[in-house]
Amino acid sequence: MSVQDQIKGFGITFRTMLQKPLTLGYPEVKTPVFPRFRGRHQLWRYDNGLEKCVGCSLCVAACPADCIRVVAEENTQEHRVSAGERYARIYEINMSRCIFCGYCEVACPFDAITLEHSYELSERERDLMVYTKDMLLTPAPKQPPLRTEGQRV
Amino acid sequence: MMQPWWIMVIKTAFIVFVVITGFAYALLWERKLIGRFQQRYGPNRAGPLGYLQPLADVVKLVFKEDFVPAGANRILFQMAPVISVVAAVTAIAMIPFGTAIHILGYRIPMVGADVSVGVLVLFAMSGLGFYGLVLGGWASGNKYSLLGSARTAAQLVSYEVAMGLSIVGVVMLSRSLSLVDIVESQRSGLWWVLVQPVGFVIFMITAVAETNRPPFDLPESESELVGGFHTEYAGMKFAMFAMAEYVNMLVVSALGACLFLGGYLGPWLPGWLWLVIKITATVFVFIWIRSTLPRLRYDQLMRFGWKVLLPIATANLVLTAIIVGVFFSK
Repeated sequence: MSVQDQIKGFGITFRTMLQKPLTLGYPEVKTPVFPRFRGRHQLWRYDNGLEKCVGCSLCVAACPADCIRVVAEENTQEHRVSAGERYARIYEINMSRCIFCGYCEVACPFDAITLEHSYELSERERDLMVYTKDMLLTPAPKQPPLRTEGQRV
Repeated sequence: MMQPWWIMVIKTAFIVFVVITGFAYALLWERKLIGRFQQRYGPNRAGPLGYLQPLADVVKLVFKEDFVPAGANRILFQMAPVISVVAAVTAIAMIPFGTAIHILGYRIPMVGADVSVGVLVLFAMSGLGFYGLVLGGWASGNKYSLLGSARTAAQLVSYEVAMGLSIVGVVMLSRSLSLVDIVESQRSGLWWVLVQPVGFVIFMITAVAETNRPPFDLPESESELVGGFHTEYAGMKFAMFAMAEYVNMLVVSALGACLFLGGYLGPWLPGWLWLVIKITATVFVFIWIRSTLPRLRYDQLMRFGWKVLLPIATANLVLTAIIVGVFFSK
């Protein structure tokens, strides 16, 4: 370790000090996500308002964390909810168990469930972490900013 | 006319207030700067830009449990932080922060106490401050603390010598041990750092060691001794050790400013502001060193102190003595 090396080291730290910090001021500045980021789930409807989900429970079978619960019921003429024969009377996802693997999305034959970008999913109580069908049918109020490949945050 | 006692009281209260505020913001600034050196922001949550962080820290520490370990020597354990803080705050009284002013016919020197052997008193106080560290570590009844204390003692002995020798050159040049006289001897604008560059460098290195700051923070060494002498300390007692460390940092920065950088002397701006600027610059160098260099190993510390710093300081001293004796003797 020569003296030149020491001085070089001091130069590096000084230059680092003048650079902009890499920290994102999180609650004010949201971390941008890639387009294929897997966050909060969303259930989808057709344009005519009918739900895409037919209550087949394939997502339940695919889920490695066992966090989805579906109870299906027949559609009737008076009470038509989904486009298929049956619909999901109960569709719950326990967000505290979900590992955001996206298998439910892959398993779904009707593209009824997808993983969206929202990642702010904390609640003050565990019970509130169980998202009901109504919650999943409404898009998350705030979407985080998008980020493209190779872009530095 | 001599200054009356009430002016002394006001001055003391003022200096203690400034020192404690200075400590709080030195700590905040260190954390912010270290953050910048590591490409992060540092504390910026409490209040605007994080400037209420010291207050938040104090509130947190006050409400912590006042804990004394079972194997500890209770009295010494309680005393140790007090010794450190008292020594550190007493030392700052020797630092002059302006030229004397005249109010109501009294001549009021802008210094806590203009002691004729100010440098020696300051050194005595910084030596006394180490007793707090050594006793605190020993009284904790914990082997990590004890090791930290042992290292503190060894480090003090090794670096105090070189530090003393590095400033004797300045004392010889200014022909006084009073810090006021030393500062006044630089009034021509010839700061002693220009005459004694080697002494200044040695002083800065030993000052880092004296304040137990990285890369000389062996008494603490959080990676190997958990926290060294303050392993068992929490709450306000821990805060007092931290305060002693930072006040010591301000003291050695002020001492360096007075001895080598012309103290409160400077053009245009008022004296106290010049002193603040010089102290801030020195503290910045301390933080810069901390963020750049890794901690020394124990044998490296000893070798550097005894085989590098001490011979250079002695050579510098002898050379200065010869030059002063031959050319400037009256």
